[in-house]
Amino acid sequence: MLRNSDHGFGTVTIVLHWTIALLILGLMLIGFVMRRTEIDPALQFSLYQWHKSFGFTALGAALVRAIWWLVERSPRPVPGLRPLEHVAARETHRILITLGFLTPLAGWAVASASTLNIPSFYFNIIVIPHLSLPQSDSSEAFWAFTHALLAYAMLALVVIHAAAALYHQFIRGDAVLMRMLRAGSRPSHAEAADLREAMKPLPGGNDP
Amino acid sequence: MIAPRTLSLKAALPLVLLAVALPADAKTPSLADAAGSYSIASSSRIQFNVGQTGGGGIAGNFAKFSGKFRIDGGNVSRSSVEFTLYPESVRARERRIEDFLRSSAVFDAANYQTVTFRSTSVTQTGPDRATVEGALTARGKTRKERFAVTLTDWNKGSISFTIRGSIRRAPYGMDVGTPIYSNVVEFDMDIKGMRR
Ligand code: HEM
Repeated sequence: MLRNSDHGFGTVTIVLHWTIALLILGLMLIGFVMRRTEIDPALQFSLYQWHKSFGFTALGAALVRAIWWLVERSPRPVPGLRPLEHVAARETHRILITLGFLTPLAGWAVASASTLNIPSFYFNIIVIPHLSLPQSDSSEAFWAFTHALLAYAMLALVVIHAAAALYHQFIRGDAVLMRMLRAGSRPSHAEAADLREAMKPLPGGNDP
Repeated sequence: MIAPRTLSLKAALPLVLLAVALPADAKTPSLADAAGSYSIASSSRIQFNVGQTGGGGIAGNFAKFSGKFRIDGGNVSRSSVEFTLYPESVRARERRIEDFLRSSAVFDAANYQTVTFRSTSVTQTGPDRATVEGALTARGKTRKERFAVTLTDWNKGSISFTIRGSIRRAPYGMDVGTPIYSNVVEFDMDIKGMRR
């Protein structure tokens, strides 16, 4: 069950989703600590390099994710989702996928535009070349601001996205979160009942 | 007129060192002047470069230093040098790099104000060349290091050398940034000594 089906996500989608989630949260944390807190300068230097290596990993994963999202079908919305909720969810996901790609790209631009000209030595294995951008203080400042803006905007959306998932899990009690945890999960009994309910021509007077 | 000066210098250089190397009784009076004590002039240049993966690197110099040396006319291997530099005075192409070099990540200039070198042996390797070995102390660690010295100019009142050396920084607790930045720091110094 690598592929998505009509009623659930396949392993590829699920693994990509949680890998990227972990990378983004880790990168937010490293990014914030290295940039906004008073730390040992040697540690700070190392954190920058780890940030870039994991950041490039996130960029690669986001690229795969975006392509996968474009070519693979999406499961049908869980039963009981209002059309507006469906649109809101879909837009959030669209923006998250875009930001997941643009944020690391802007990070790459920071490293490239910086007058410090520090090579990006991906996990000390291979040098990833700089983007061909002018290296100047103003160019570096512009990309650093853009990168931070995109990153914190993405974090805000991630918070909304996660809150929505928890709301579905614990308040609505539907399968939204479980679908992203278990590959190809069949509709639960409750859902199946819901489904049958929804398919009835008219729910005429069968209240308990 | 550069050419004639270069020529005459070329001719004079081997003689200078020869004079320094030869026993006292073989010296001609004028060349014996090379022996003596000198202090290192502030017009000297202490430059370094640390290579980085993919080319380029961090180049810089030290603005503040002091030192003295003595050339033993009778026996060049008994010559000696003492040198101190102040890492606080490090200069690089931008402020952020200088601050990083001064910080606890590299020189820790707040806790270790000086880097010192004290020679332990001098070996002549050619008519105008010598190898100087000695104890380099940085960040509280002392290790034996070696520099290659080449005489470039000499007159009655002053003497000039270029000095090159490759120092591994990791043993001094300065391994930050490896392997992006080389462990080896290439020193390239133009030292001018004024007779004392
Ligand atoms: C999804 C991926 C990424 C996320 C979530 C992320 C997140 C962040 C965050 C939160 C900051 C701190 C911003 C601030 O407070 O000013 C930051 C800074 C930074 N990031 Fe990223 N980053 C990502 C990818 C990358 C990549 C791929 C690179 C480079 C190859 C990179 C290079 C940088 C640099 C150089 C800074 C410091 C900017 C400065 O000094 O002002 N980032 N990042």
